[in-house]
Amino acid sequence: MSVTHRMPRRGALRRDRFLLWLGLPGLAVIVLFHYVPLLGNVIAFKDYQPFIGILESPWVGLENFRVIFNGDPDFLNALANTLIISFIQVVLVFPVPIALALLLNSLLSERLKRAVQSVLYLPHFMSWVIVVAVFQQMLGNAGLLNTWLRARGLEGFQIIGDPSLFKALITSQVIWKDAGWGTILFLAALSRVDLHLYEAAAVDGASRGRQLWHITLPGIRGVIVLLLILKLGDVLTVGFEQIILQQRAVGLEASEVLDTYVYTNGVLGGNWGVSAAVGLVKGLVGVAMVLGANKIAHMLGERGVYSKEAR
Amino acid sequence: MSIILAAGRRSRRAAVTGIVPPSLPVRALKGVVLLVCCAVVILPFMSVISTSLAGQQEISEAGGLVLWPRQPSLDAYRAIFAGGVVTRALLVSIGITVVGSLLSLTATACLAYSLSRPGSFAHRPLLLTVLFTLLFSPGIIPSYLIVKQLGLLDSYWSLILPVLVNGFNVVVMRAFFMDLPRELIDSARIDGAGELQIMLRVVVPLSKAVLAVVGLFYAVAYWNSFFTAMLYINDTSKWPLQLVLRTYVVDNAALGADQLNLAAELPPPQQALQMAILVVSLVPILLVYPFLQRHFAKGVLLGAVKG
Repeated sequence: MSVTHRMPRRGALRRDRFLLWLGLPGLAVIVLFHYVPLLGNVIAFKDYQPFIGILESPWVGLENFRVIFNGDPDFLNALANTLIISFIQVVLVFPVPIALALLLNSLLSERLKRAVQSVLYLPHFMSWVIVVAVFQQMLGNAGLLNTWLRARGLEGFQIIGDPSLFKALITSQVIWKDAGWGTILFLAALSRVDLHLYEAAAVDGASRGRQLWHITLPGIRGVIVLLLILKLGDVLTVGFEQIILQQRAVGLEASEVLDTYVYTNGVLGGNWGVSAAVGLVKGLVGVAMVLGANKIAHMLGERGVYSKEAR
Repeated sequence: MSIILAAGRRSRRAAVTGIVPPSLPVRALKGVVLLVCCAVVILPFMSVISTSLAGQQEISEAGGLVLWPRQPSLDAYRAIFAGGVVTRALLVSIGITVVGSLLSLTATACLAYSLSRPGSFAHRPLLLTVLFTLLFSPGIIPSYLIVKQLGLLDSYWSLILPVLVNGFNVVVMRAFFMDLPRELIDSARIDGAGELQIMLRVVVPLSKAVLAVVGLFYAVAYWNSFFTAMLYINDTSKWPLQLVLRTYVVDNAALGADQLNLAAELPPPQQALQMAILVVSLVPILLVYPFLQRHFAKGVLLGAVKG
């Protein structure tokens, strides 16, 4: 910290001009592709016409938000699907990496643990296109599972392309792709649990189950809370790429979510204003959810996503 | 750390006396669960690779996917590398990945370094400018409109510039730079090194690991990116591999001699071709995976702890 004593602003500017120039390209890109589009959200309040541009398009007040307030059926369908899928993901998907991490952590052989980890982390690095293609090859009508069943005279399942199974399908894909990777943060937290606690507990006669409940789980509670908060911020964001890749086979009723609604209506359908309005509300709700959940976590005495003092 | 080292191949849990190994049935159950988990990941990849190597007869006999090719042949690969749609998409993807990662890495490292000194001019507002991007994304429509406004639609730059700097990666690198011993930088300064020299001669050589990890993170993201290309690239001749993969594998569009640039030759079985495209898009990831795996946990944790 030797160089950072207080200087007059001018002096600091001169002193740090190298740092500022260095950061400029990156910052410029961030401003251009994050902050300028943020301003571009004004088209949510306009009747945007591509030929006259954003500035000249007439203001229409909250007209575009009517879809939301009046409950347009397509919008409501997308919202319902989004919430259902989000709910499934919090209840069914979120605990999987925790269970997996506990299982891995309980292994006594370090080598086995590493080997299993390197297998389970792999799907995380595959694109959604690859994951969807692989699932089709495994579970589709001519896929591995069905040909195997038919070869044994059994009846096949139609899994891919059945609207009623769509949510189950995408849930299993999310688990397949990211459950392994999701263990990383939990494993790190588990490795910080003081092992002498187990020793002491064993001396006191605590069973393995009680050790899990009283030592292991409290050790990873902070991480669980943190990830839950982040998940809440994403409650209206469910796998855009994953879903748009598979929409054609099952139809919109089962598969339309808010992001695909925005994309189909806006970019493809030309309803720019309405889509931007839906996107804007979605973004605001996300931020509100994170801030709200973080506040609650603080009140419950957890550290949450951020503390007041960023370095 | 010392416990791990002392325990050698056994986990640190094994080194603690109070922990009794679980009973035999419990161990068997754990083994089965882990085996199933691993099989569920490995089997699909195995059958994809096998099918890409199989001939028509084998595929018809199996009724679809082949688990193990009896007479492996590279016909499918020869066909997709013959200069048609897939070859071109592959070149596009390689170009985007290489150029994009280098630019991203440079911009990110520079930005992270410029934010790594608390107390410098406008440090806090600039840092918050970056951190805020983690909280709020601008939305699909406005992002699309800005790219359109800049005249980048159907340009390869639309696949790079909007995602050039990732806030999370900036945070990871910044955390690393801040952990470098200050004395090294201060003593270099006393020796008369300028800021640029300090960065290139002191900081960069000490940060090779984090540079490599973040570079690979970017490379994987560019290689896998599908949505940006779908959004911004309409011209099919500029498609990257992921879009070709979607069209010909996920959506099952016919892939004939025309698309493959095969002159009047009977193309290999459709399914082998599809699986070969899949394999080609997998291989680069598999190649960098061992390296990624060695380092990524560190990167993720660094970002999580310091973020």
